[in-house]
Amino acid sequence: MNIISSLFSGSGGIHPNDSKKGTATQATVTPPIPPLLAVSLSQHLGAPSKPLVKKGDAVLKGQSIADSNGFVSSRVHAPTSGKVVFVGPRMTASGKVATVVEIETDGLDQPFISEPPAGDWTTLPPRELIERIHQAGIIGMGGAGFPTHVKLSPPPGKTIQTLIVNGAECEPFLTADHRLMLEQAESIIAGIGVLQHIFKDAQVRIAIEDNKPDALAALARAADKLTGDVQIVRLRTAYPQGAEKQLIYSITGYEVPSGGLPMDVQALVENVATAQAIGEAVIRGLPLIERLLTVTGPALAQPRNIRALIGTPFSDLIAFCGGPRGPIGRLICGGPLMGIAQSSLAGAVTKTTSGLLVLPPEREALFSSMPCISCGRCVKACPMRLLPSTLSEASETEQDAIAEEFNVLDCIECGCCAYVCPAHRPMVQHMRRAKVRVQSLRKQRDAQKKKQTS
Amino acid sequence: MDPVLTQTIIIGLTGLICGAILAIAAHFLAVQENPRIEKVTGLLPGLNCGACGFAGCADYAKAIVTQAAPVNLCQPGGVETVAILAAELGVQAVAAERLVAIVLCNGDDSRAARSVVYNGIADCLAAEFVGGSGKACRYGCMGLGTCARICPVSAIRIEQGLAIVDPAICIACGKCVPACPRTLIKLIPESRSIHVLCHSQDRGPDVKKVCSVGCIACTLCVKICNGQGITMNGQLAEVDYSVPLDNDEVIEKCPAHTIHRRTGRKPEKPA
Repeated sequence: MNIISSLFSGSGGIHPNDSKKGTATQATVTPPIPPLLAVSLSQHLGAPSKPLVKKGDAVLKGQSIADSNGFVSSRVHAPTSGKVVFVGPRMTASGKVATVVEIETDGLDQPFISEPPAGDWTTLPPRELIERIHQAGIIGMGGAGFPTHVKLSPPPGKTIQTLIVNGAECEPFLTADHRLMLEQAESIIAGIGVLQHIFKDAQVRIAIEDNKPDALAALARAADKLTGDVQIVRLRTAYPQGAEKQLIYSITGYEVPSGGLPMDVQALVENVATAQAIGEAVIRGLPLIERLLTVTGPALAQPRNIRALIGTPFSDLIAFCGGPRGPIGRLICGGPLMGIAQSSLAGAVTKTTSGLLVLPPEREALFSSMPCISCGRCVKACPMRLLPSTLSEASETEQDAIAEEFNVLDCIECGCCAYVCPAHRPMVQHMRRAKVRVQSLRKQRDAQKKKQTS
Repeated sequence: MDPVLTQTIIIGLTGLICGAILAIAAHFLAVQENPRIEKVTGLLPGLNCGACGFAGCADYAKAIVTQAAPVNLCQPGGVETVAILAAELGVQAVAAERLVAIVLCNGDDSRAARSVVYNGIADCLAAEFVGGSGKACRYGCMGLGTCARICPVSAIRIEQGLAIVDPAICIACGKCVPACPRTLIKLIPESRSIHVLCHSQDRGPDVKKVCSVGCIACTLCVKICNGQGITMNGQLAEVDYSVPLDNDEVIEKCPAHTIHRRTGRKPEKPA
């Protein structure tokens, strides 16, 4: 398989120090099964899953412990065998309270299903393949956690022409996708084969940044097995190259319209880890119960790429990596730009946790926000071509109508504006606040319209 | 002629002509308005708070006169305004009991534990996305003052990281109720004086870890008042403000010191 370079180059973006050296060359390791797993039931976007187990129940590895609650929802499975000791609301790594199922593991790891599904999957219609993906509880593993079976079922009238497999991994520090592409290229390609079966005429583009030549080569070798229009695309290294809309532009030259979805430009983006999970689910019948993540940071004794069970507490991961070198200044679930700062070690791995970043106190800076000096750096950095300076001021002065007019809802919260701001303004927080306020403004307006028409 | 005089005459004449045009226009283009609307507007407090559901006092006055809207909707005006309006319009009206806002949290900085340093925007809505303002309790007041900023009469103050409503100033416009992202603010009748000042749905041991005055769901208060006035909602005792409750025993017996007496009545005006 030959490798081509992307033809289009999006505007904006930043080039932070990628800090990937520490873990990029380290093979993935599997820690021992932790004594307690805390599995959240709202790891995905959409309605939280309905618990199927109660306190005291015995569960087996891969057994479904929560079912979908509506169309945009997902299933959750027990990552190992053990006993349910708690079902109830808990604080999760996302900073929100969600229903959590705590499982006391028995260390036996007894599987619920031992045999792969009978019959040849290639003869099944796409609908049944998507149902298998739904049964396996697969959600977008790149970060947003959108249920994959929903993404793979476009409404009638929409076609998918370009299937993009996202191996860009542009976030600094994270190397989990990189290791996955090196170690399990075959498995990713098998998943892409399943996706090709669902979207028969789609062209496949596997997108990888040019700072990972070994991953490019590994996937190019493995992709020879695929038939049809398949190409490996080498992307310019930049942040946020791996963001859905930026990736679609880099590869197809189409821009997703404001307020639209990738399917509006006939594209579909799946993360490499999701593609791999799809392959495992459809071909081997395995639910999504573990994922690769990078546990790293200057405050950690031994940064590693880890294959962790969903629900593994952060404290166990840090202990497995030799513990902290000294005091922890900041703990971030995810990468430094998109991740969520944690208030304690109590959080646990979810299907969307791509990494855990442990920073020492000297690496965290506390700034106070200063007035915008209109330097325009954020405008230059914004990959969505918004005006972050205007938007942040509109948010600060609570002028929601202006924020709406300047399309705050198109912000992807990548954090480029905050990264370059010399006045240290908390730009992303301003955007998020403005987004919520604009959405409630729209709701109010709709309600008023309804009142007037009725 | 003296230029100063010329200027004075020209400008003076222009003024006179314009004034005459305005006077004629005012006479012929005058909008006939029901004089009662103006009178009723004058009887309303003029705070334009919107608590009645209309866009300001003038709009409410118009609704009273033209659409026969009930006269007892004005919250800031209270009993007196209802009586004056009823007398003026010759209608019978029963004044609804005055409402006051209350913040159902008592975890100020001396009682609620802090887990992290919050360094973001000083706004509760913004802080809620990142897990709060640094207080360890996920349910309590964040103390960043979004409610205090929205209050049109400055009845809410932030003391030691906790919002407190001054019932004497509160006009029950209700603007602070949706402003609180943790739904801690409630509008209650002013005669209710016993409150469970907590909103936490955590279990007792978890509450104890983060706050010294949080409800631990021991259900003692519910037993004391036989479920009349206080009921359990999950892991939280909640006062049922629809029935009067006057029982000092619940305050004394509450092991977590969550229940307090706080009067909502305005102090009597000196004669």
